[in-house]
Amino acid sequence: METDGKTTKPTRRMFASQAAALAAGWVLTACGPKRLYEAPRAQLKKAIEDMERQYRERLGVNVSVSDAPPIPGVEFAYALDLSRCIGCRRCVYACVKENNQSRDPQIQWIKVLSMEKDKGIDFSAADPYYAPAEVPEEGHFYVPVQCQQCRNSPCTKVCPTGATWTEKDGIVVIDYDWCIGCRYCMAACPYGARHFNWAEPEIPKAEINPNTHYLGNRPRPKGVVEKCTFCIQRTRAGRYPACVEICPVGTRKFGNLLDKDSEIRYIIEHKRVLVLKEELNTAPRFFYFYAT
Amino acid sequence: MRLAILILLGIAASGAASDPKAPFAPAASAERPAGERLDVPAPPFSEGIFPCSNCHASMPVNRTRRTLTDMHTDIVLKHDEAHRWCLDCHDATNRDFLHLASGERVAFTESYLLCGQCHGEKLRDWRAGVHGRRTGNWNGTKGYLLCVHCHSPHQPRFRALAPLPAPARPARPGD
Ligand code: HEC
Ligand code: HEC
Ligand code: HEC
Ligand code: HEC
Repeated sequence: METDGKTTKPTRRMFASQAAALAAGWVLTACGPKRLYEAPRAQLKKAIEDMERQYRERLGVNVSVSDAPPIPGVEFAYALDLSRCIGCRRCVYACVKENNQSRDPQIQWIKVLSMEKDKGIDFSAADPYYAPAEVPEEGHFYVPVQCQQCRNSPCTKVCPTGATWTEKDGIVVIDYDWCIGCRYCMAACPYGARHFNWAEPEIPKAEINPNTHYLGNRPRPKGVVEKCTFCIQRTRAGRYPACVEICPVGTRKFGNLLDKDSEIRYIIEHKRVLVLKEELNTAPRFFYFYAT
Repeated sequence: MRLAILILLGIAASGAASDPKAPFAPAASAERPAGERLDVPAPPFSEGIFPCSNCHASMPVNRTRRTLTDMHTDIVLKHDEAHRWCLDCHDATNRDFLHLASGERVAFTESYLLCGQCHGEKLRDWRAGVHGRRTGNWNGTKGYLLCVHCHSPHQPRFRALAPLPAPARPARPGD
């Protein structure tokens, strides 16, 4: 099974919610669908065919949904060069497009924070709404934030239905069919990286990206949580995430942590590396570094 | 190992010294590990400018530092210009190539070797995929952008950009 093996000490609240979830789960497994990660391969294939048919009927678009599994020997990691980022937000919009995020209401998985050089990394003095004529602005640096794909992920621990978990390649994913929209995970995430579909997501038909993954960018319904998946639909096919490919200054780096020739390993071995909110012990797979 | 590099360097240097007009042949040097083949896109030339020899083959070489008036008037050096002139980088006798300080000719598809002479640390990081940007696949053939895809060799400072629109302010908590 592709969940993270870590268990947490049960609390009374967890017991209650899990008991409820178990009961619901028992009813549903008896007569309804299984969570996708524990569904047998054949059942998953069938579920995916259903999804594709429903997208065709509902959206009028031939969306193809991949079920590519994690690649053995691969653990993904990301690194972002804080000495290079100029805050141009090209990544934000490339991500929205690639990952079928709702245009209205607006959902953006990447948030770029403008910070003052004098203050250093200080979230209380960060501004996501900066809008000068040109970037970078004098005296500022930029910290893009998205899902940090934590090894010790608070979000997956609080989910009462098991609808979010960590895959073997390190990607924290969400099963949109099992998400009940309780938003516990959003409260648990210290990075504000999870987003909720308050309304039916709206994407112009011509802008829908039809190349999707069942745990990633397939179009979502109203009432579920979503977030960055390291572009699971691209990266499991060997490609770079869309944000890496678009970045005009080459700030964003991606690769296999287990491959000693990857750019990620070079960065960890040669550069000053940090993680956001280290004191929370979330152990992100998303690193920040200074190349110079 | 070190001896091998020294010998290779010696060959490269003597080759360049004995016959400056020798046709370009990749030689190993400190900047170019032997056998290196990097996957780069075509150099970002303006249309119709290359091959340079179309004009320059029949032109006398003018080595004087001057303001160009007949051609290339858009090229203004802002790159350590007090110490540099066109022919420090462009080969005088075969304009279709660049050249290193050693005199070794370098094709435009390998212009990073020229840049790396003075920006060695950047070249090292670029090779590792850390400075600049990789293209292609994280687990297949990794491509590179040339330095000159991002930096004009004549005015290398990165230009400021207009940012894309700021996000909408949330209407509800958690939006
Ligand atoms: C620091 C080294 C350097 C110096 C100094 C330099 N160049 Fe270049 N130049 C280059 C490189 C490298 C390229 C290749 C750019 C590319 O691949 O598109 C280039 C490209 C060109 C081109 C083709 C431009 C185009 O529109 O595609 C011309 C013409 C040119 N240089 C002329 C000059 C002239 C004239 C000078 C002096 C005023 C000069 N260069 C000084 C490195 C240099
Ligand atoms: C259409 C013809 C033409 C082409 C093509 C051309 N040049 Fe030139 N180039 C000239 C002329 C004419 C001058 C002399 C300009 C002056 O003296 O004001 C010149 C001058 C130069 C100079 C200044 C040094 C010297 O020898 O006078 C450099 C360096 C140079 N060119 C590089 C290049 C490079 C590199 C390319 C190809 C990427 C190129 N040129 C393509 C016509 C051309
Ligand atoms: C002969 C040495 C030399 C070569 C060759 C050379 N540079 Fe430079 N470069 C310098 C020096 C010295 C400076 C710092 C002075 C300045 O900025 O004018 C510099 C500055 C720069 C800067 C910083 C500019 C700024 O204003 O922040 C960039 C970027 C750069 N070079 C890129 C390149 C690229 C790309 C090439 C290859 C096409 C190249 N350099 C080739 C010597 C060189
Ligand atoms: C993807 C685009 C990209 C590529 C490719 C690239 N650079 Fe840069 N480079 C940048 C950016 C962005 C900066 C920082 C902007 C600035 O400070 O002017 C920078 C800065 C520099 C500087 C200034 C010193 C510093 O650290 O700020 C030098 C020198 C430099 N680059 C050389 C090179 C060389 C040499 C190559 C090729 C081996 C290269 N660059 C390839 C984008 C690129």
